[in-house]
Amino acid sequence: MARKTPEINSSSQADIAFLLLCFFLMTTSMDVDYGITRRLPPPVQAEQEDTKVKERNVMNVMVNKSDKLLVNGRPCDISMLKDLAKDFMTPRPNDETAPETEDKTFGEGIGTIKMSKGVISLQNDRGTSYAMYISVQNELARAFNEMKADLAKKTWGKTLEQLTEDQTKVINEAVPVRVSEAEPVDYKKD
Amino acid sequence: MAKFRKEGKKEVPQVSTSSLPDIVYMLIFFFMITTTMRDVELKVKSSPLPKASEIQKLEHKALVSSIYIGAPRDTKLGTESRIQLDDAFATTEQIADWIQKERDSRNPADIPLLTTALKVHKDTRMGIVTDVKQELRKVSAFRINYTTLKGSALEN
Repeated sequence: MARKTPEINSSSQADIAFLLLCFFLMTTSMDVDYGITRRLPPPVQAEQEDTKVKERNVMNVMVNKSDKLLVNGRPCDISMLKDLAKDFMTPRPNDETAPETEDKTFGEGIGTIKMSKGVISLQNDRGTSYAMYISVQNELARAFNEMKADLAKKTWGKTLEQLTEDQTKVINEAVPVRVSEAEPVDYKKD
Repeated sequence: MAKFRKEGKKEVPQVSTSSLPDIVYMLIFFFMITTTMRDVELKVKSSPLPKASEIQKLEHKALVSSIYIGAPRDTKLGTESRIQLDDAFATTEQIADWIQKERDSRNPADIPLLTTALKVHKDTRMGIVTDVKQELRKVSAFRINYTTLKGSALEN
């Protein structure tokens, strides 16, 4: 007659499961990536003519190979860039030196506002460091985000995070990120 | 008449722990599914990434393909920045084919939503990054993301 096999003690099952759990808890990487999202412009067609932009409408930001910043031909520190960009993009219809403005009407309570026709043109050298490039991009983005926040506060008394989806859409139209990256210039290599 | 009589001292029954292993197993399965054991074997040093503050979360990881740029990890290969696609070093000319391959492996409806994440070491020169960007423009991969760390850009 077969002997009765004793039941396997399952009281340690929980411990084993906990061990496995700990392993997966430690190895899991649920880190999310963050970054600056940009949209590249479509490639330039050869026959396309250069669009003429009035000089007063452009703010030239140049970064050279030793990470020095030049704004409209003047040396400038990165910490000043955000305020310069914000100042440049703020519509000033009566100022001859400031960019031209036009009236545009938006929904959602913004109504008709003056919009600057200014464009920030960004040019970097092949020797510029990536860190500097990101800093410049970030500071320019910060200028536009602050302008959006200001408009949101003025119109609805809300911060950007509190806006509804429609309001966010309108504000993105009212404060477009007008940063244009210059086509890379191919300097002759010696 | 109703009686309110305390029936002695009632013991609180022990909480049954027999379902504990089941709960833990459920957690295990959750972590087993969400876990990603290995991203790619990095052949280039792409970190530290630069810092930035005006950043967005990179959503839908399935729709993101990453290009790594940095100096090779293997110091015998020199210090010049190289591009890594998937698991191997690549040249800028290979980017077009790689993008095509990435597109083929996705649902056609998702192709316009594909994002290319540039994971670039902060000391890289812009020349190679510009080349990559030009190459991406040629194949209409317009959505890009400069992957950065959270922080103040002024500290870069």
